[in-house]
Amino acid sequence: MPRYGISIDVTRCTGCYACFLACKDEFVGNDYLPVAAAQPSEGPAWLRIEELTHGTGTKVKVDYTTVMCQHCQDAPCIKPEFGDAVYRRADGIVIIDPVKAKGNKKIAESCPYGAIQWNETAQLAQKCNMCAQMIDAGERTTRCVETCPTQAMVFGDMDDPKSAVSLAIAEKAGKYESLNPEFGAKPTVQYFGLPRPFIAGEVILADKQGECASGAKVTLNAKAGAKSAVTTTDFLGDFEFKNLAAGAEYTLLAECEGYKAKQIAVRVDASLNVGEIVLDPK
Amino acid sequence: MEQVFTNLTNGGPISVYVKDGKIVRVRPIQIPSEEFKPWIIEAEGKKYSPPPACRISPVVHTERNRLESRDRILHPMKRVDFDPKGERNPQNRGKSGYVRISWEEALDIVSSEIDRVTKTYGGSAITGLTSSHHNWGIVGYKAGPFHRFMHMLNFTPVYDNPDSWEGWHWGATHTYGFHWRLGMPPQFDLLEDGLKNAEMIVLWSNDPDTTHGTYSGQESSIWRTWLKEKGVKTVFIDPFYNYTNASMDGTWLPIRPGSDTALAMAIAHVWLTDGTYDKQYIAEKTVGFDEFKAYILGEVDDKFAKTPEWAEKETGIPARKIRSLAREWARKRTMVSCGARGGEGGACRTAYGTEWARMIVLLMAMQGLGKPGINIWGTTMGAPADSSIWFPAYAEPNGQMGRSQVAKEKLCNMNTTKQKLYRLTLPDAILNGKDQFIGQGFCGQSLEQQFIQNTYPLPGESKIKLFYRYGGSFMGTMTDTSKWVKMYQSPELEFVVMQDIWYGGEAAFPDILLPACTNLERNDLGEWAACGGYTTNAHIGNNYRIIVREQKCVEPQGESKSDYEIFSLIAEKLGLGEKYTEGNTEDDWAKLFYNSSDLAKTLSWEDFCKKGYHVISSPGPDSPEPYKATPGLRWFVEGRPDDTPDANNPRKGTDRAHELGTYTGKIEFASESLRKNAPDDTERPVVPHWIPSWEGYKQGNYDKYPLQGVFPHPRFSFHTHYDKHASWLNEIALHRVTKDGHAWWIARIHPDDAAKRGIKTGDIVELYNDRASVLCSAEVTYRVPVGVIHSYGCTARYEPIEPGNFKSTDKGGAVNMLTSGRMMSKNVPGMSPNSCNIELRKWEK
Repeated sequence: MPRYGISIDVTRCTGCYACFLACKDEFVGNDYLPVAAAQPSEGPAWLRIEELTHGTGTKVKVDYTTVMCQHCQDAPCIKPEFGDAVYRRADGIVIIDPVKAKGNKKIAESCPYGAIQWNETAQLAQKCNMCAQMIDAGERTTRCVETCPTQAMVFGDMDDPKSAVSLAIAEKAGKYESLNPEFGAKPTVQYFGLPRPFIAGEVILADKQGECASGAKVTLNAKAGAKSAVTTTDFLGDFEFKNLAAGAEYTLLAECEGYKAKQIAVRVDASLNVGEIVLDPK
Repeated sequence: MEQVFTNLTNGGPISVYVKDGKIVRVRPIQIPSEEFKPWIIEAEGKKYSPPPACRISPVVHTERNRLESRDRILHPMKRVDFDPKGERNPQNRGKSGYVRISWEEALDIVSSEIDRVTKTYGGSAITGLTSSHHNWGIVGYKAGPFHRFMHMLNFTPVYDNPDSWEGWHWGATHTYGFHWRLGMPPQFDLLEDGLKNAEMIVLWSNDPDTTHGTYSGQESSIWRTWLKEKGVKTVFIDPFYNYTNASMDGTWLPIRPGSDTALAMAIAHVWLTDGTYDKQYIAEKTVGFDEFKAYILGEVDDKFAKTPEWAEKETGIPARKIRSLAREWARKRTMVSCGARGGEGGACRTAYGTEWARMIVLLMAMQGLGKPGINIWGTTMGAPADSSIWFPAYAEPNGQMGRSQVAKEKLCNMNTTKQKLYRLTLPDAILNGKDQFIGQGFCGQSLEQQFIQNTYPLPGESKIKLFYRYGGSFMGTMTDTSKWVKMYQSPELEFVVMQDIWYGGEAAFPDILLPACTNLERNDLGEWAACGGYTTNAHIGNNYRIIVREQKCVEPQGESKSDYEIFSLIAEKLGLGEKYTEGNTEDDWAKLFYNSSDLAKTLSWEDFCKKGYHVISSPGPDSPEPYKATPGLRWFVEGRPDDTPDANNPRKGTDRAHELGTYTGKIEFASESLRKNAPDDTERPVVPHWIPSWEGYKQGNYDKYPLQGVFPHPRFSFHTHYDKHASWLNEIALHRVTKDGHAWWIARIHPDDAAKRGIKTGDIVELYNDRASVLCSAEVTYRVPVGVIHSYGCTARYEPIEPGNFKSTDKGGAVNMLTSGRMMSKNVPGMSPNSCNIELRKWEK
């Protein structure tokens, strides 16, 4: 029996919302009993895109994290008190039974990912069903995956090493991860490149301000003893360190031959543009 | 019982699932993967190949939401205080409400008004114009039934301005020719060239993830993913940290709007002083370099050198960044990417935007334009394709029922009226009773066509009395658009009829409203993304050519009818039914067009209809005639005749086939066509010049309105289409934001500018200047620099708080009302919506 899942490469997501709109098209007004009842036309949707704009000044980034039901292996929405209103199929898909779940708002509140929505009109908790109605009809894709322009989203059998989704995950050699692992839910949906803080800045040589300081060495040392990272400035004198832990303290060392090195202390609560680091000649 | 139909939109082909007469789902067209034969491009040991599927535009997923929109015009309507036999009350257009009438009454009024106006004033008293691209198809497209009908009445045509690529049309053409492409650079096979050879791409005023190569949906998104993952460096020059900048994680150089020419000149200055330009290319392939060099170095004219330090003051980009960018550019094989089709881009829609487009061509010439990895490439076109099979497209005569070989009478060529109007000045012409304008809109016939002088009205012809409007809303797309309100209320317009599918921004003005249907509610046919005409082979923006039988999926909503049926009915009332239709139903035309195509030679009409689509893949390496890449302009570099499929190049097949379309056949640093046709023009001089904008940073009304508005093409709409009519889009963060029951358009503002004005994200703000006042929801973000307000210039809504008052504050987001109607320059009749000074304040009700 396959175990269906979806992988999402955040670095490939362009924030086009095609998945969001395809999901609405599939479910708005359409009942697919017993695996889903219709979604209301005007929200709440079952797939959301968390758009994060981070950084300051001219050093900004925008990242998109697509969040829908994570089809958890230890699904927090599957509780004895809900009876068989929520269940996990043999193929791994978590389903809210549209009949048995009727009237139970607690189901909607049970998901730590906020992936279950309360349909006020239908008095029903609802969520992504990984397009179970399509899979049951013999298709091997979901509406969101089908339309993803950059193949950032991939669907398939997580247990088959030759499936598209397994290959996509294997390609990144252990770098796929779960969203909020602290929830302990063991999600089936897996992410690569989840947005994390970055530090960016520019090195400038005090006596050569007419051109950029390319090739300067910049070192980032974590105060808490983690391995330091080294980079060199690009042709515009810019540098950046990506995928940093939030809330950590660092020192940043800028060096260039013939110039006095400069060190600054930074605390990364969110992405940070340290601005211009001006190095004086020795 | 579920049925699946095929259809085609301006954002891609679809499968439409219908149950009990209602559309239930719309998916990218479902074609078995084995029917695609994906091309393979090899670059640096890696093979790149597209998925065996079609990637449609995001908004197309809302087709059923849009079709069933609350905004649909369901019945013929008459303005309540319009009486064709008594008081017409034109001054109340935009204020009066509407009352439902029967089709019979509506057709009677429209036909008798056409009859009356024609008999009283002549056909020239009738004008009309269409929107852009709300439908797709050959039979039902605007250039088909509308033009056939209107020319049959001998109407006064209105020239469209090249609204999305003004600077390229009026500027770049005088530098490298390509007037037959309306100034757009050839994009053939630049994907392969880019993947194999480009080391850096400078995306200058370009957001391809947003504009999708115009009609190609998201086919090219994966190309940019490949480029990013391959490690090709990208630099974005834009006043907005745009969406492609975000997805490619490129370096952002925020530039002050309207200063792009200054940056380009400073880059040229660095190359000139460093000596890092292609001297052999300059010597062999160009003329006028010394004149240009003298200008850039400050030896002539304004007598100052266009240094990076000077450009820093104009652009806001530090001189060191300009210098280092220029040096890296010269060191690396660099593509410049300036808009959906290579050209375009908001910078070409500013005051003197011609000069920027010309400078881009000249910069590339300095680096060897056309050499491997050195080209002007939008990153949205240039896939390998089999272009040998001709299929009609909307912008070519053989794709239009009024001009096509399949029509017995080419009614569009038989119009006896000689006078013309110009879209940008149409309201002025009506309000002033006269107009003078230069050029013939899309000047694809010759460089000289741009200099033709026009007068309205022409002696012996009439002023306009009847206006036939078809689709769309110019409130959101043209410039200084409150003048359209004034025009509608002019008593000069004795009768106004509008035919549209939805209640757009202009639907509050006509005397009679006729409900048209979408192309999901009628039969048609077409090829994905193919427009033909001045953009030959636009299918190279797709990974495969897809030809679709557009099948009627459901009955038209309400009493709406197809455009062809509406015009046929009016023609019948006028006694011109047979002349208009030639006895053809809509589907007869479809079959005629199909049978005129090359595809009909191998696939019968019946089989095509049955299957619903046909895929043409690029010939693979093992086919009898494998695909041979012909990159744009490589032939020019190598001194060979043009070998690309650029069908309209008039020099092809002549002894000048190896030359460009300029007077000298070379790239002209000093333009010989301008020297001949407008030698004394100081606003588009022979050598491109830096001319400060008449409205912009520290220019014009800046003291009063110190923020610069930029209003580019939208992300979650196609022009004004989809926005508003598809309510699902309102749930997309930053398309619109719903507050107090109203879906507000977005305006982006820098945190410093917001703090100064006490504004936070989600506040309703008023954007204003002397021309207009528009309400938006504020988004406070570093994605714009200090001094810039970004808002998309294509709302479908125009919602004046005081209906019918042209001065009223608008809450629909029609930011183009704020823009100046001034032409780009003295002899350049282009619009400049991105030269617009405004102020912004918190809106207090």
